Amino acid sequence: MTQKSYAAIPGTIIFDSEMARKGYHLNQFCMSLMKEENRARFKADEDAYLAEWAMTPDQRAAVRARDYNRLLSLGGNIYFLAKIFSSDGLSFAQACASMSGMNFDEYQAMMLAGGRAAKSNLIEDR
Amino acid sequence: MARITAGVATSHVPLLGRAIDSRKMAEDYFRPIFAGYEFSRAWVSAQQPDVVILVFNDHASAFSLDIVPTFAIGCAEEFQPADEGFGRRAVPIVKGAPCLAWHIAQSVIEQDFDLTIVNKMDVDHGLTVPLSLMFGQPAEWPCRIIPLAVNVVVYPPPSGRRCFALGSAIRNAVESFDQDLKVQVWGTGGMSHQIQGARSGLINTQWDLAFLDRIVDKPHEAAAIPHLEYVREAGSESIELVMWLIMRGALNTHVREVHRHYHVPASNTALGHLILENA
Repeated sequence: MTQKSYAAIPGTIIFDSEMARKGYHLNQFCMSLMKEENRARFKADEDAYLAEWAMTPDQRAAVRARDYNRLLSLGGNIYFLAKIFSSDGLSFAQACASMSGMNFDEYQAMMLAGGRAAKSNLIEDR
Repeated sequence: MARITAGVATSHVPLLGRAIDSRKMAEDYFRPIFAGYEFSRAWVSAQQPDVVILVFNDHASAFSLDIVPTFAIGCAEEFQPADEGFGRRAVPIVKGAPCLAWHIAQSVIEQDFDLTIVNKMDVDHGLTVPLSLMFGQPAEWPCRIIPLAVNVVVYPPPSGRRCFALGSAIRNAVESFDQDLKVQVWGTGGMSHQIQGARSGLINTQWDLAFLDRIVDKPHEAAAIPHLEYVREAGSESIELVMWLIMRGALNTHVREVHRHYHVPASNTALGHLILENA
């Protein structure tokens, strides 16, 4: 396999064909939460609902833990994972705060001040 | 003959749809964002386009991983706003332009662009937020809309150069359509943002402002920007900006910039907006 030019970008997982293959069932599980009846079944018994999908034990555990960085590394795509945190009543900004290890107030303050500076996050600085 | 009269670029931040739907536009956080669209609403109502070709991306609403079309043109009579998990937005149904859409599909396929034809597709915030930003809250959208969905979810999206060339092919298609129609092309999404992982919240204003200049004055240079540059410099989701290049490719090389608006933040995103007319 060729070297991925984007692999060195810190704090970033690119949802490429390898990740899409790995995360197919995880992401399709997420998609199922678009339907209210599925959300209700998931909330009533998460383990039972997750057992219906051909996901890996790691993926199931990461869903149970709502560990979104882990889910990204296991092939989850953020637009699909959004169906989980939306079901929990969380916004994208709240999820972004948690993925970047900040509390929501700190994250909001950072965004109001112009966002995370690109400079400290570029490859050149590693 | 139909003709392309202008292009619009705008971010499609979902929070802005919610702000409009719940009438929070006058709040401190939102006021400067919406102020930048006041000119645009007056402009578009004076322009009275018959059809808008609206380039957007689906965010795992209409398309799961079952089918991932790179370019998909909506040829249906109408498109419902999607239920993205909070119920459908209370906005008008999007009325299509099937005759022109089918003509474009045939024409651009003959120009070597293998579009996917879609006759059933709910349209999410990627399409409905730009309509709200530009048209406000009418009982019906004032023109016909042709949705053009671009995959930017599964990497790689089409290249900027390919998007630009598709825009040119769409222009050829429109100009060979035998009805007197004023057509605009809108490119949506962007600008800098990253909404995943430890680098969430990244904004690169300097890069964004340079991109605005480049896409207006040096469109071929903007079209040559590699995916790596978007992702590295402006965040993983900034790659949506390739959709602006479809709009730009449909216009003349020389355009008149009639409006520009840039604001940070809109939720997790740097909001950018341009209106370009053929010079």
